[in-house]
Amino acid sequence: MNFRRIGTSLIAPAVGLFISLAATALILIAIGANVITIFSSMWTYGTSPRAMTLMLNLATVYFLSALAVSIGFKMNLFNIGVNGQYILGSLAAAVVASNLQLPKVLSITLTILTAMLVGAAWAGIAAWLKVARGVSEVISTIMLNFIAIGIISYLIVRTSIGTETGVNIRGTKLIPESGMLRGNAFIDPETKVYGFFIISIFVGIAYWFLLNRTRFGFDLRATGKSATAARTSGVQSTRMIVTAMLLSGAIAGLVGLPYLLGQTGSYNLQFPTEWGFIGIAIALLGRNNPLGIAVGAIFVAFLDVSSGQLVLEGVPREISTIMQGLIVIVVVISYEVVRRNQVKSEQRSVARALAKQEVSA
Amino acid sequence: MTYLKSRRFIGAAFTAITMLSITRTITSNGDLTSTVTIAQALVFASPIALAGLAGIWAERAGVINIGLEGMMILGTFGAGWAGWQWGAWAGVLAGIVFGAIGGLLLAVATVTYGVDQIIAGTAINLLALGTTKFLAILLFTNAPGGGQAQSPPIKGEIPVFTLESIVTPLTALHEKGIFFVSDLAGLVAGLFYNMSLLTIITVLLFIMTSYLLWKTAFGLRLRSAGENPWAADSLGVKVVQYKYAAVVFSGMLAGLGGAYLSIASTIYRNGNTAGRGYIGLATMIFGDWRPGGTAAGALMFGYIDTLRLIDTGNQNVKGLILLGAIILLAIGAWMLRSAKRNAAIGFLLLASVMVGAYFSATSFPPEVAQVAPYITTLLVLATASQNLRPPAADGIPYRKGEDH
Repeated sequence: MNFRRIGTSLIAPAVGLFISLAATALILIAIGANVITIFSSMWTYGTSPRAMTLMLNLATVYFLSALAVSIGFKMNLFNIGVNGQYILGSLAAAVVASNLQLPKVLSITLTILTAMLVGAAWAGIAAWLKVARGVSEVISTIMLNFIAIGIISYLIVRTSIGTETGVNIRGTKLIPESGMLRGNAFIDPETKVYGFFIISIFVGIAYWFLLNRTRFGFDLRATGKSATAARTSGVQSTRMIVTAMLLSGAIAGLVGLPYLLGQTGSYNLQFPTEWGFIGIAIALLGRNNPLGIAVGAIFVAFLDVSSGQLVLEGVPREISTIMQGLIVIVVVISYEVVRRNQVKSEQRSVARALAKQEVSA
Repeated sequence: MTYLKSRRFIGAAFTAITMLSITRTITSNGDLTSTVTIAQALVFASPIALAGLAGIWAERAGVINIGLEGMMILGTFGAGWAGWQWGAWAGVLAGIVFGAIGGLLLAVATVTYGVDQIIAGTAINLLALGTTKFLAILLFTNAPGGGQAQSPPIKGEIPVFTLESIVTPLTALHEKGIFFVSDLAGLVAGLFYNMSLLTIITVLLFIMTSYLLWKTAFGLRLRSAGENPWAADSLGVKVVQYKYAAVVFSGMLAGLGGAYLSIASTIYRNGNTAGRGYIGLATMIFGDWRPGGTAAGALMFGYIDTLRLIDTGNQNVKGLILLGAIILLAIGAWMLRSAKRNAAIGFLLLASVMVGAYFSATSFPPEVAQVAPYITTLLVLATASQNLRPPAADGIPYRKGEDH
């Protein structure tokens, strides 16, 4: 029975992936590209040591972003504001870390705490607006994203927080090596796997433990499934909303750190600002399960990294974004179709069992 | 009823002009109500207004449309691509068609398959972004005047009207700087200066929507699909068809909004929408899912954007802060009367902080104006969300025969 359930829960993503790959192939054929060459060159490059390293690095970012979204999903909260939370978190972390001269462990702990606090605080505004003023978190987090972008551009362009860091790029001053987490080059001798890779694994384990092995996690999931039922059994749903949103923001605050501490060492105006949206897609693919999210993050990172190679074949790398969009929409549709079929087959088996009883009676 | 409504409208317009006029007089910054400012504000407001109107159509039929941004992106692309080859009107048409495709996709996912509407919308945004960037590289890179991220210029243009016989005397009157009269003159002249036919179409679409959705049987049925589809179905309304029609039309409107952007900048450019789809969504909520309020919200965004971008003497943002303070003072005073003490005190405090800031600083960074519309939206939502009333079944998947 359990195996059957696992089987059916894997059917939906498998079918979804297959359909979206087929659709991508059709697009490639339509533009006159050779599908087989393209998929094989994506695979060949994607499995090279350098690409694998880049993939793990990007997957680390995506994993954290999806975890942040997913903790909200558990409570039926849509944290569209991961973007705003992580860019502010990263900026604050960059400012703090660049002013620290401490042993590595201390410095990095402080940096992480700063990022989490700022991310949580920014998400906290949306949480307060929701529980105290009844404002939908979807719209408030979208507004907060835009406000965060404005604040950051003000701080970097017009205050002493920003300095010239490179060719016409303003950013925070460089973090000293003692505050960086550059990682190890254990796959490819030339490129390093971000040090934050390990930390993100711990975050994933902590997430799993919190949700599945604590009273808090149980309350959270219960409130998400049925707020009324949870309330009647003594769970304060407003408190759960605030806690879930703060936790989501705290994890979101970490999203930019792998890149900040592993690569740039400075938050500049070219720091990516859109990693939050992909988290939504990956949280869905992984069905809010940390292991599923990890697989989804690696898969999407693989698409992104390996598609960089396609320029050589005359195919724009944006095919990877198209694939991601297709995958999300096809996978959610196939989840729904599978669910409907499940309900139908359950109803049928109940009907059959009842019919038998009546005959024997 | 109509008499009362038009009286209220005139009252609101009178108050707005008075506040603008007070601000203009104190700051002695004629730009705040000049002909050019108003004309440009309409250009900036229209695409946002169209996105907001698109939101109204979808959500009134019970489908949350986060995919507005994606549909707008598709519209900008369609307009750039077809406009470059066959002229501006073909561009507008292609923008509408491309937007409709996005709407159809959302309808299939949410109405037929009942998947989560916010997720489906997010996926459409992703898909639209990827597809347009992808096609832009393929189609525009080697085209003369085009590039990897932008189309060649759109051929021809959409007619733009200027009525000199009205604009010239009124602009002259505006420059005299008489309290209220000159500001009214500037506002009116702005309506007749560089008025694009697309803006007129936008206004007509708003009027048409108010009529269709609130004054006809069709509109009643469509809105019933967003309020209580199960009851509507029991009365014989073909809920699924109405939802499809509404969401596809929503895509068309968003696509038109995107096309407007491309036409206004004469090319398609990656990222030209810059989140205007989301802003449109905000204006819709701001406007309580109704055309009038949505238009007002879009005008606010357009006006603030204009002042920020034409800020030559670095004084416009300062003027905006004073204007904001005056508006907050008025709302605060009004709220004191209606016994909403806490909110009133909050508003009055905020207003006095802003007045203090106005008199103590010589100028403000443009980022203040950049974030002002978003903060305003949050403030409005925070104070008025209990009074806002979204369609009752907004966002809830509907399946014929399944009760909820």
